[in-house]
Amino acid sequence: MNLTAIWAIYRFEMARALRTVTQTVVSPVLSTSLYFVVFGAAIGSRIQEVEGVSYGAFIVPGLIMLSVITQSISNASFGIYFPKFIGSIYELLSAPASFLEITAGYVLAAATKSLTIGVIILITAFFFVDLRIQHPVWMVVFLVLTCLSFSLFGFIVGIWATNFEQLQLVPLLLVQPLIFLGGTFYSISMLPGVWEQVSLFNPVVYLVSGFRWSFYGMADVALGWSLLAIFGFTGLCVAIIGLIFRTGWRIRD
Amino acid sequence: MPAIVSVKNLTKRYDSGTHALKDVSLDIEDGEILALLGPNGAGKTTLISCICGIASATSGTVTVDGHDNVRDYRAARRLIGLVPQEINLEPFETVMNTVRFSRGLFGKAPDDAHLERVLRQLSLWDKKDSQVRALSGGMKRRVLIAKALSHEPKVLFLDEPTAGVDVGLRKEMWDTVSDLQKHGVTIILTTHYIEEAEAMADRIGVISGGEIKLVRDKAGLMRELGRKRFVIELGEAVDMLPAALKDYRLERAAGGCELVYTYDTQGDGTGIRRLLNDLSAAGITARDVRTEQSSLEDIFVDLVDGEGRS
Repeated sequence: MNLTAIWAIYRFEMARALRTVTQTVVSPVLSTSLYFVVFGAAIGSRIQEVEGVSYGAFIVPGLIMLSVITQSISNASFGIYFPKFIGSIYELLSAPASFLEITAGYVLAAATKSLTIGVIILITAFFFVDLRIQHPVWMVVFLVLTCLSFSLFGFIVGIWATNFEQLQLVPLLLVQPLIFLGGTFYSISMLPGVWEQVSLFNPVVYLVSGFRWSFYGMADVALGWSLLAIFGFTGLCVAIIGLIFRTGWRIRD
Repeated sequence: MPAIVSVKNLTKRYDSGTHALKDVSLDIEDGEILALLGPNGAGKTTLISCICGIASATSGTVTVDGHDNVRDYRAARRLIGLVPQEINLEPFETVMNTVRFSRGLFGKAPDDAHLERVLRQLSLWDKKDSQVRALSGGMKRRVLIAKALSHEPKVLFLDEPTAGVDVGLRKEMWDTVSDLQKHGVTIILTTHYIEEAEAMADRIGVISGGEIKLVRDKAGLMRELGRKRFVIELGEAVDMLPAALKDYRLERAAGGCELVYTYDTQGDGTGIRRLLNDLSAAGITARDVRTEQSSLEDIFVDLVDGEGRS
């Protein structure tokens, strides 16, 4: 195992995040704070509590998920797309490093960045709403796994993309709608019958539900399904990346 | 000398249908500088890409110091440094961090003292904290070399290292390359500058249309280049040469109006004066004479253009 290679990629990617700290950290914190102001204070005051939790507090897990998922995808996809774009990927391909090591370097760096943002948002939330975390260990498990799995997904998007437009396409047209319709700002039990059923096809529902459960003990779906969803998604992404590196799809001629 | 890189029957067909390499076999000797000459699209970069693992070969094998570059890719790749043709660098990172990254990627423990030596050797030490984007084109090219040397490779591939580089820098690059050879690094460089191959290489290979047309040691090639042709234009065409001139191995040309005598400039004597005397004695009068010398470029053009030229 070329651990040195993983560490080299990780450090190089983290250095990029530190160079662009405003874009990486300040910007998501600012936008999340705006969500708190708009949904928590302005609109939230007119919405009744959801199962005993104030609306402002109710949306915190969803907001963290929203940021963590989008940041994981954008960090990891950019991380691997940029070397492809500027051509420096030649070095990765000619290095004595396996696909697993290269992926680990980029994905761990992307996950660290989004996890940091998630934690910062969580801390920010304490200033806006009355927050409690019933199952802190599970909260960490869900948060870390979400960061990792969507960083893996972002890595796939970065390899798939052949231009900057495509890089934005999947997060904008697929992931963002799934997150917004995944119970981030509401419980799916609030939806009319048929839409509640339709929502169950949205994988993000399972993640938000499990994460929210770790905060308030309330869930749209059983915890087991949430865990299955996150582990299943992670496994699927690893399998796809393995296939990409074995076949050299879009990276090796 | 033993081969440090051995390419056997390498074939590469791209999905587009391009047959970039056709059954290429090549042994690269330990410690040598091999120049691969070839026109654009000859397959030089594809050959390097297949050896270094950037492209997968359709068939054939590559071993580096005995390690198969697919089955035992870690051991094989550890020995190779690659300087690509294009300047492919992360623009926002500093020079030092860029070379540190390369060393780590190749599994080597941090060694800033070695990196300092490399950067000093390439006159980049003063720029170690500069962002790559702030460097000149020549400096960026040297950063690429520094990256390749950061992990102490035994074999260095330089893909057109002086393309688009001014004369002064080109000479500097040649000095750097010979210096590396003195430190025991085997160097393979591709170029389409013939003088570059002449200046640096121990052996010269010519690649064209995905095939290796020739691999010869430069000294032998230069000896061949040292042969000159002495062309004698005759007053009258001759049909047959007198037996007395047999030893000169003269060739008749231009329908018998010219006689061509090939001689070695590095030999003891050219024999021209004797030939002229013997011609005169045989009653053949020369109207005019000229000498011709084939250059490496002529050989190269002949090989690349095919069989049509004489």
